[in-house]
Amino acid sequence: MDFDLTEEQRLLKDSIDGLLADAYDFDKRKLYMKEKGGWSQGIWSKLAEQGLLGLPFSEEDGGFGAGGVETMIVMEAMGRALVLEPYLATVVLSGGFLRHGGSAAQKTAHLPGIIDGSKTFAFAQLEKQSRYDLFDVATSAKKKGDGWVIDGEKFVVLNGENADTLIVTARTAGGQRDRSGIGVFIVPADAKGVTRKGYPTQDGLHAADITFTGVEVGSDAAIGDPANALPLIERVVDEARIALCAEAVGLMDESLKTTVEYIKTRKQFGVAIGSFQSLQHRASDMFVALEQARSMSMFATMAADFDDAKERATSIAAAKVQIGKSAKFVGQQAIQLHGGIGMTMEAKIGHYFKRLTMIESTFGDTDYHMRRVSEAGGLI
Amino acid sequence: MDLAFTKEEQAFREEVRAFFRDNVPAETRRKMVEGRHLSKDEMVTWWRILNKKGWGVSHWPTEYGGTGWTSVQHYIFNEELQAYPAPQPLAFGVSMVGPVIYTFGNEEQKKKYLPRIANVDDWWCQGFSEPGSGSDLASLKTKAERRGDKWIINGQKTWTTLAQHADMIFCLCRTDPSAKKQMGISFIVFSMKSKGVTVRPIQTIDGGHEVNEVFFDDVEVPIENLIGEENKGWDYAKFLLGNERTGIARVGVSKERIRRIKELAAKIEAGGRPVLEDPSFREKLTACEVELKALELTQLRVVADEGKHGKGKPNPASSVLKIKGSEIQQTTTELLMEVIGPFAAPYDVHGDDDSNETMDWTAQIAPSYFNNRKVSIYGGSNEIQRNIIAKAVLGL
Repeated sequence: MDFDLTEEQRLLKDSIDGLLADAYDFDKRKLYMKEKGGWSQGIWSKLAEQGLLGLPFSEEDGGFGAGGVETMIVMEAMGRALVLEPYLATVVLSGGFLRHGGSAAQKTAHLPGIIDGSKTFAFAQLEKQSRYDLFDVATSAKKKGDGWVIDGEKFVVLNGENADTLIVTARTAGGQRDRSGIGVFIVPADAKGVTRKGYPTQDGLHAADITFTGVEVGSDAAIGDPANALPLIERVVDEARIALCAEAVGLMDESLKTTVEYIKTRKQFGVAIGSFQSLQHRASDMFVALEQARSMSMFATMAADFDDAKERATSIAAAKVQIGKSAKFVGQQAIQLHGGIGMTMEAKIGHYFKRLTMIESTFGDTDYHMRRVSEAGGLI
Repeated sequence: MDLAFTKEEQAFREEVRAFFRDNVPAETRRKMVEGRHLSKDEMVTWWRILNKKGWGVSHWPTEYGGTGWTSVQHYIFNEELQAYPAPQPLAFGVSMVGPVIYTFGNEEQKKKYLPRIANVDDWWCQGFSEPGSGSDLASLKTKAERRGDKWIINGQKTWTTLAQHADMIFCLCRTDPSAKKQMGISFIVFSMKSKGVTVRPIQTIDGGHEVNEVFFDDVEVPIENLIGEENKGWDYAKFLLGNERTGIARVGVSKERIRRIKELAAKIEAGGRPVLEDPSFREKLTACEVELKALELTQLRVVADEGKHGKGKPNPASSVLKIKGSEIQQTTTELLMEVIGPFAAPYDVHGDDDSNETMDWTAQIAPSYFNNRKVSIYGGSNEIQRNIIAKAVLGL
């Protein structure tokens, strides 16, 4: 049992922390938001240069063969700096599908572009009715000759507006809520029949609603088994949940730090408001919530390697519950302790709060995962 | 980063578990499961079994009878002990006064007291809190005056846990009334059988008798019963309070209670189905389990850190363990109350007499809930823990 980072992991942490400390203060972030697509190609290239976009991919695929702990380190750092760039959508989610389900040909075709930073991806999964159920898929993929024809609508696709390539879940057989008959397909974003309506999200990222109308793709477009890809989807989305937990820990860590700094300097009644016990206790409760979340983020990271599939899924769901609760508490209290200034777009704390809020409802909110843990019989 | 225990650690867990299974008296375990009070004899009998095995004072240095276990082994031992469940060693002797004596006491004191602590030949109690000194412990007033070769002790202690069983007390006494608050306090030990010691029970809201008031009226104590240096008692008290770190989360206790909640909630019906299947009850239980899992991990982080980097100075994370650990313990007793619903009401007229076999075990559920309100008050109230985090961690 060990919670320390290895020497190499510590170097990685130093390297990403250093990069973001130089390149990603809150003012610079505002400039990046104004760039094309709402994030910085320059930063993305730097991430590629430092090998961070190739981190989880095997060495034979041109990556570094890193594991979950490395992704945790990167996501936590990105949370701390409130990074806009599409790491989750491209490396964790889409990269995850290629890593776990992709054929040799698919990897050869797509991984180099991810790793060198020339291409970004998006995972088109959410539908109007599906909410958090990954198996609820109405979008269809019908066989045509050797290939497939995809029809349907996907919503709030992170990085969907800018992505070069989309990874799309679509039903190849069965009813809308059947667990079998779901496939995962690689679709070029500029394919005929793909219509994207992009928009900024509440937390300053960018997403798109995407319509697929008779979109034709080849037989090589399917990742894994087109008749039974739900296990693959669950695996990759679980990895994204773990990554989100780490990002949230980074966000909470920075939120608490910023809040404590603020109440140490903000004076009222002639003294720093941080000298008031009611505020001290609130800040202490934020610390407790953060540490509990940090513990569960680490737990989820390690749980990804559990052999028992049910235990694995339940552990990750439990982590998302803890993160959701902690994130809500830390985020709300950070605003409260900042007072009026916390309500302004100008102060950075509100932006942390908004990102934390959006994370809670990504890939299952607290209630959803609480139900999953209950249905699995709990943790004890 | 790795969650897995080593093969040796797993084997150790098996060894510990087997020892409890084979050696904890069945009646003792049953009473623990049902949340009943144990008699002094029952506790002492079990602690002597433990001591005979060599595990009575496991965390002491080996020269005084400790085991030399790693932090992880201590963690495993405690978790298994709490989860079995069996009584934990008497904290006042084993975790509190023992370490003070072997760290600050002289050779004679070590020889005289340590073996008797280990075998519970002496039952120790703690003379810290006073009616006017709770969280503000340093304001204590009990006086020890030097007269010839004796200390003359006058004053009053309160919340003295199980003083009714005690043979010995370790006491914070003011020895220099002119010194500022923390400076003039000394750490003195003496027999509870001394002339002038009076113990008066305090009945707590659960109806039980765990705590007492202890009065000192010109109690004569040999001069050599001072531990360490005169007027340095506050340092020893801080050492003592900082000693107990990871056990305070009581993860094993809460785990055991959650298993019990599930067992009962699967049997007891409400609205034509087991309480366990009631969605709102179920959600509360799951929320508690998730908090407990997070706490367990937080505790493991502290344990692993101690194992790697030594104990060093007190880890402020122990305040997290105290706050969350106590909240979760309280939640589990609350959930047990919900499981039995209206049948929590009957009051056990036998009071503390748990030898009465005919008493319905459900009678202990409400008292246990009432009693557990204490856990967020004692050992540095949760508000004090928040002060500690604010100052030591956040620098406020």
